[in-house]
Amino acid sequence: MDQAVMIDTRHPLETPEGTDLSLYPAGFWVRSLAYTIDWLIRVAVVVATGFLFSASGIGQGMTLVVYFLMEWFYPVYFELCHNGQTIGKKALHLKVINDDGTPVTFAASLIRNLLRTVDFLPVFYISAIIASLCNRDFKRLGDLAAGTLVVYTNPIKPSPAIDNVGVRPVPEGFSTDEQRVLVAFAQRSATMSGARQAELANIIAPLVAPGDPVVAIKQMANHIVGRRADSP
Amino acid sequence: MKQSTFEQLHAPVWQALEAKLILLEKGQKPQSGELREFASLFRKVCHFHALAQERHYSSFLVDHLDNLVVRAHQQLYRRKHPIWQPLLQFIVRDFPVLVRQERQAVLWAALLFVGPLLGFFVATLVNPDMAYTVIAPDQAAQMEAMYDPANRVLGAARDSDTNWGMFGFYIYNNISVAFRTFASGLLLGVGSGFFLTFNGALIGAVAGHLTNVGFTTTFYTFIVGHGSFELTAIVLAGAAGLKLGYSLLVPGQLTRVESLKRASHVAIRLVYGVILMLVIAAFIEAFWSSNNIFAPWQKYLVGAALWLVVLGYLIFSGRERSHS
Repeated sequence: MDQAVMIDTRHPLETPEGTDLSLYPAGFWVRSLAYTIDWLIRVAVVVATGFLFSASGIGQGMTLVVYFLMEWFYPVYFELCHNGQTIGKKALHLKVINDDGTPVTFAASLIRNLLRTVDFLPVFYISAIIASLCNRDFKRLGDLAAGTLVVYTNPIKPSPAIDNVGVRPVPEGFSTDEQRVLVAFAQRSATMSGARQAELANIIAPLVAPGDPVVAIKQMANHIVGRRADSP
Repeated sequence: MKQSTFEQLHAPVWQALEAKLILLEKGQKPQSGELREFASLFRKVCHFHALAQERHYSSFLVDHLDNLVVRAHQQLYRRKHPIWQPLLQFIVRDFPVLVRQERQAVLWAALLFVGPLLGFFVATLVNPDMAYTVIAPDQAAQMEAMYDPANRVLGAARDSDTNWGMFGFYIYNNISVAFRTFASGLLLGVGSGFFLTFNGALIGAVAGHLTNVGFTTTFYTFIVGHGSFELTAIVLAGAAGLKLGYSLLVPGQLTRVESLKRASHVAIRLVYGVILMLVIAAFIEAFWSSNNIFAPWQKYLVGAALWLVVLGYLIFSGRERSHS
């Protein structure tokens, strides 16, 4: 369990209601993909403005103002008015929040987006990449100063049903964590090939012999979640 | 309690919360009675979430409750963003008060800017070649052409399209410079110090150079109007940047990250003011400074008045009335 905590990127946060929020900070790779999408959109908007207003006398001034707004305020606008998500972040299921789990504020959003200048140095956001690899929450310099966090917005996955193959009591000596592993195996078995299921289940074959360990695990999982032998 | 019994008993509660969340996330305003209900549902789901974790129910159930708790937390602890009233209060009181409160950083920034400005101005007057230590010769030639009274590029009232074009340019260029001056303060203050010093030296050298070649009227009538807002704003942006650098160098009892976080939330408020001042400066620069209908003495008079307005505003606005 300790090892799982070490390798997990989960950022736990205790709320006033006495439960832990689980936030999953996003690393620089997925964030740079989101940035690339946003960058393409910004370029497209500036080019389109330049093109549309090229005929009129104020075209150049207009394009520069739009360029200015796109460079500095595009992310601020989306982070404040669209739930912490620029278009690129939305496409990749990311969002910006304050590091206390509340929606990002104007000051924080402006800080992190102005300090982007320094994150970019010397080229291609190298400072941001180095900074984000040096802390647990993948914060770039702007995030550190603003106190913000870029997290995944995982959509809810429906809980898969466990195959109704009967129930079987769990042998003595299984800890609660081990029981949880059994349930997780049964619920995820649909995403694994039969051979892989058999391979994994074989680890506990001696404990449930005789019989197919895959079926045995599903039966025990049914027992753990409380399914009755006679229930449909 | 087994997981399936738990789900049977309590699923309606979290389903109700989820239904409300979906509506709230679409931007629907909650009715007053609903608020209390939402808070109560949220507390219950938090309780279930903690229970599910503690009892080691399956990770799918815990993840589902987790997702609901995070989303509800974000709805419940959402902050309001009123705009106009705080903006007015910021302009009249908070900004000048903040500038005075941060006067140490502001004075250092002013020194780093004005020092090289005066130094290079005087040096260029004494030895004209000094100008070329900071300006490239072709840049100098461009400046000369721009302010040559014979060319009058800035002269006879430009048409309004050009004015708007220049306005766009000033917004883009000047505010970007200010933002960079602020942001580079994160490099332990060195970046802000560099931008302040370099821009000060540049302006000093240009002024000295144009004075040497005798284009004083065109140059000074042009810059005197917006200089008050623009130069002050650059100094304040530099001060905000120096504050970031200082918070990293001297964090006191705090960790460096915490110290930076606190300093940047103060410094960013200086930047709000800088943005407003530079927008005003861009207006003046595009529509007044370039306008040559007025006589030079009129432009100097207005320029001086604007300097008094800016400095008087920063020094006196928002002071508490003393109770005698």
